Amino acid sequence: MEANSLKSNLYGVSAIFSDTKKIAEITHKVAELGYKNYDVHSSFPIHNLPKKMKLKWSPLGYIAFVLGISGAAFGLFLTWWTMSVDYPLIIGGKPWFSFPAFVPVLFELTVLLASVGTAIVMLFIIFKFPNPKHPLHDTEYMKRVSVDGFGIVIEAKDEKFDYEKIRSLFSEFGAEKIFDIYYSPEELNYKPKVFEPKFIVFLIFLVVLTAFIGYFVNNKLFYMPPFDFMLYQFRVNPQEESTLFADGFAMRPPVKGTVARGQSFYQFKGQPEEAAANLINPLLPTEQTLALGQKKFNTFCSPCHGWRGEGDSRLNQQFPNPPSLHTDKVRNWTDGRIYHIITEGQNIMPSYASQLSEEERWAIILYIRALQRSLNAKLEDVQ
Amino acid sequence: MTTSSDNAVNYVRKTQNPKFLTLSLPIFAIGLLGLVAGFIVNPTQASFNLVVIMAWLLSIGVGSMFFIGIEYLSGAVWSVPFRRIAEINSSLILIMPILAIPIILNIHSLYHWTHQDVLATDEILQRKSPYLNETFFIIRNIIYYAVWVIFYFLLTYFSNKQDLTKDQQLTRRNTVVSAIFMPFFALTLTFFAIDWLMSLEPHWYSTIFGVYYFSGTVLAAISAFTYISIKLNEEGYLVDNLKPDHFYSMGALLFAFTNFWAYIAFSQFMLIWYANLPEETFWFINRGVGSWLYMSIGIIFVKFIVPYILLLPQPAKMNPSRLKFASLWILFAHYYDLFWIVMPTFSKERLIFGWIEIASVVFAVGTIMAIFLLFSKNRNLVPIGDPKLKRSLEFHL
Repeated sequence: MEANSLKSNLYGVSAIFSDTKKIAEITHKVAELGYKNYDVHSSFPIHNLPKKMKLKWSPLGYIAFVLGISGAAFGLFLTWWTMSVDYPLIIGGKPWFSFPAFVPVLFELTVLLASVGTAIVMLFIIFKFPNPKHPLHDTEYMKRVSVDGFGIVIEAKDEKFDYEKIRSLFSEFGAEKIFDIYYSPEELNYKPKVFEPKFIVFLIFLVVLTAFIGYFVNNKLFYMPPFDFMLYQFRVNPQEESTLFADGFAMRPPVKGTVARGQSFYQFKGQPEEAAANLINPLLPTEQTLALGQKKFNTFCSPCHGWRGEGDSRLNQQFPNPPSLHTDKVRNWTDGRIYHIITEGQNIMPSYASQLSEEERWAIILYIRALQRSLNAKLEDVQ
Repeated sequence: MTTSSDNAVNYVRKTQNPKFLTLSLPIFAIGLLGLVAGFIVNPTQASFNLVVIMAWLLSIGVGSMFFIGIEYLSGAVWSVPFRRIAEINSSLILIMPILAIPIILNIHSLYHWTHQDVLATDEILQRKSPYLNETFFIIRNIIYYAVWVIFYFLLTYFSNKQDLTKDQQLTRRNTVVSAIFMPFFALTLTFFAIDWLMSLEPHWYSTIFGVYYFSGTVLAAISAFTYISIKLNEEGYLVDNLKPDHFYSMGALLFAFTNFWAYIAFSQFMLIWYANLPEETFWFINRGVGSWLYMSIGIIFVKFIVPYILLLPQPAKMNPSRLKFASLWILFAHYYDLFWIVMPTFSKERLIFGWIEIASVVFAVGTIMAIFLLFSKNRNLVPIGDPKLKRSLEFHL
């Protein structure tokens, strides 16, 4: 008969017991007898069974701890990098790195990584899921164990495996039913195929479905009532007309006399001589300030004044050329006088107060001085 | 269903007192003398200390009742052999009215909303005066104590009666009592915290304050219960077959409520810090003045980080000596927390810890010990009539 060939395909012997007490007893006995490759199945956790099975201490706790710590570290890095380094925003006047505000993020990421990570490690690394061809699958034994039975399986690969002895042991302890479990030849020769047509069709279906849902939600659903409520808000968009203000502008200029953060009120309005006499450049000509001045000069001044301030406009005569910055007149002006011109404008030159901060204006003056010096160098500069 | 005769557990009540309670009466007497001396020398400081001590003892008393109620309501099995200890601990609430009397006599030095001259110029306090006035304060306190004492007598009366009658119906009755007690507990404890602790700074308000006090309350109650249970078990006053699994549950609860306290405390701090409203932030700013700052930072370590590390590993929760240390530490941490809440109102500039504080702590410890001794004298330390007791002794994780 095929009994022999079946024997060679034997995965193990299993038995169903009717209550937790009996399963605890048989488990204790099996562990006592020194079997190694066996497992117990129940539809709910049975207290004390892991101890009876002499299972090793689960490493899952340590894994959860490490994952939690890395979640916290990642949360800290994320909040620190985004909120205080890469894109610092002032929120409620708090410092860039305001730890209490980051703690909720840190906490959530700790919990998220610890719980999800532990579940993933447990299912896919420790339990080695998915395993669709396990010999216990689709057996009568598994069906009973998932409903009302408590089962034990001793695998044939165990060193002490003895078919008859185990069967009699199980019936001795009051097994309700004993099953032999075989590998089916199909399972033994099973080779997983990644490119199964079914799987490919499923993937394509998933892609189409996701794309359709994404398109529908973003382009249709959000424009249908009642989901379009975000479109109609009590606000005006930039450049829109407003019915609220008498002049019809929705974008409001700052209130008269507003001084921006970090700026101060310019006190020599229309008084060039006072500015010349009173304003002193607060910056020193260092490499840093000169580099800033050069950058700003090239951006804002050079289109008209030329790269070197010689009045050689880059605008191809579309705009009248300004006089050179290297005349004696300009060289003898004080820094304050030049500052006044940048701030207020002069003749056809407009004010640059809104484009250039005070520090940048002073830096440009330093750079102009350097340019002037370069065309009128003294003997000791070369030495 | 088990019949009452199945419940026979070999418990023998011992007549001599537990060893760790031998010094209870001298400690109590020294503490009481110290506190009385404190009231003679510096009544204000002594009253503030008495508020701390009262809130601390009440935490253990009412928290134990909460614990008993939770046991009945959840049908918990593991805690049954220890329930009598929680019941004896909850007797602490019987002395609360006595402790409240000297405080109420000194109410003017504690609560400045009782001063008529302050009230006349302070509009916020005028608006609050329908709630914050002396008559209503005393009426409210009478209500709290009445609620607690009534439920205390019901819970312990039925439980003690069950030792004799072994009537299973009494467990059901106590479950009903517990269910009624829970909403009363939530309300009375919240209002107690607001009245005694939050109104020390009557301008300040924090809507989470009741929960904050509750989290510490449960922590303190479970630590007292854990410490006494382990001590009594070591000295053989309880039944024999108690396993580490029983104590594991205590450790797990302590650990859980340590985290709960940290969660609540941080929520309170973060919302106030973030919103940055002057009428709320001043409470924390007052606790950052001078040496109070160190105490404020210390509370993170004392009440969260140290217990967290102590109780984190699973074996630690089963280790009796570790649990004893952790529960004593948490009891200390709860005192630290209450001291931090109350005392900055008394001494604004710097942290003070003098002989009155020490005397009040000695008094509080002595009170717990003496009350436990007094109320355990004629009672079984294990609820031998409880139908769940046998199942509870077979409890394992």
